[in-house]
Amino acid sequence: MVASIFPLRIAGACVKRRGVQLIGPINLDLGSQGLTIVLGPNGSGKTSLLRLMHGLERPASGTINWACPDNEARSHQAYVFQTPTMMRRSVTDSISYALIVMGVARPTAREKAKEYATRVGLGHLLDCPAGVLSGGEKQKLAMARALIRQPQVLFLDEPCANLDGRATKEIEVILNDVRQQGTRIVMATHDLGQAKRLADDLLFMLNGCVREQGAAESFFADPQTAEAKAFLNGQIVE
Amino acid sequence: MNDLSQGLAEAIYRVATLDPELVDITLRSLQVTVTAVVIAAAIALPLGAWLAVTRFWARRYVIAVLNALMGLPPVVVGLIVYVMLSRSGPFGVLGLLFTPTAMIIAQVIIVTPLIASVAHQALRDLWSEYHDLLISLNTTKRQRIATLLWDGRRALLTACLAGFGRAIGEVGAIMIVGGNIDNVTRVLTTAIALETGKGNFSLALGLGFVLITLAIILNLLIHSLSRTERSNLW
Ligand SMILES: Nc1ncnc2c1ncn2[C@@H]1O[C@H](COP(=O)(O)OP(=O)(O)OP(=O)(O)O)[C@@H](O)[C@H]1O
Ligand SMILES: [Mg+2]
Repeated sequence: MVASIFPLRIAGACVKRRGVQLIGPINLDLGSQGLTIVLGPNGSGKTSLLRLMHGLERPASGTINWACPDNEARSHQAYVFQTPTMMRRSVTDSISYALIVMGVARPTAREKAKEYATRVGLGHLLDCPAGVLSGGEKQKLAMARALIRQPQVLFLDEPCANLDGRATKEIEVILNDVRQQGTRIVMATHDLGQAKRLADDLLFMLNGCVREQGAAESFFADPQTAEAKAFLNGQIVE
Repeated sequence: MNDLSQGLAEAIYRVATLDPELVDITLRSLQVTVTAVVIAAAIALPLGAWLAVTRFWARRYVIAVLNALMGLPPVVVGLIVYVMLSRSGPFGVLGLLFTPTAMIIAQVIIVTPLIASVAHQALRDLWSEYHDLLISLNTTKRQRIATLLWDGRRALLTACLAGFGRAIGEVGAIMIVGGNIDNVTRVLTTAIALETGKGNFSLALGLGFVLITLAIILNLLIHSLSRTERSNLW
């Protein structure tokens, strides 16, 4: 059994780019269970928050700590980017790459890659160059590439943004599966329906800060802040 | 004018009948240049990839030096290699002066900065695309370099072909360190210079044809490579 990388503790962390503050200060603890949805309007800092958690952004001030050293922690995380990067490789090779760099032998990795590609619905495109896939197929590929590493925590940045209803449903089934197997999920989305279907916990972001956090049920039933209320009602939040 | 047309006709005849002297010189040219480009690529491609994925304080200067070296006058390279390899030079004991090896050394020095610089530019762009993904997948620096080299292989091949084009058409350095010795270090470019000087236009033109043909084939290759790159996203 691999040691757990949880909990994640973020204390007073700010992310800056060229002196401009993108998000923060963020204070947050992340336990090992459940599915957290990050909600918020465009530009509120959802992506930046996920990148901070994953270690792609270093805090300009404050701290962020997993229960183990950063490098080890990262090897138990997987991230699906809002705009997935496609390597100049076939679908199978793109997915198996994520395992090969962990030291898995190539034949084993390719077998697994085919299995995961089929699982996300890319079974008919195994030898297709990843670069020519449609937007939705690229997101499915990115999903398979993340799942195949069997991470302890899975960060998803609007993974269903380009997917049709059926594909979204299939992905949600997969996400429920991996959650049941104990994978921690943190997912940014705009889709309120999806948030209601999946969320255990909720983070509501606004202007780079976490405005509200807590159990999903109580958030949807009775949001505490006026901004969250307005957001849930589909009004424009300032 | 008569000279020229007669020379042309004879040149075509020599090419068509695979004149042994012509074939011999062409093969030597290819042997020297291909060897030099392979060695240069083995140095330059990993260097270009390493420069693309590594951030350190002197990086900008290394790149500036590389770009400056790209413009190195081949004659000067020839001169320096000559001095190094001449009997009284530091590597004189090796007895390499006026051998194909000396020519290969000179060509490697001329071509490595070019390939490294072109490779670095291509891989830097690829790296900015792959950066987040490869960091997220917790890859080691070695893995990052290997990935860039593999996924950028088409651009890198183009870089190598550009290096080949520069090397095969080079006269100055090769003439100095090779000495243009018949059957030993005589290659297409040095032979053209010699035959022209002797007034032997037919052979010079025949050699010129071969050289131009090689250059055209090369450019067609580069062109088709860069086109498939764009249309297939691979
Ligand atoms: N590299 C950067 N340089 C400067 N500003 C940036 C950079 N990245 C993000 N920002 C800014 O930070 C803010 C938060 O961006 P972020 O991508 O986290 O928002 P988001 O909540 O994910 O939005 P969306 O819903 O559109 O994905 C935005 O105002 C954005 O313009
Ligand atoms: Mg975003």
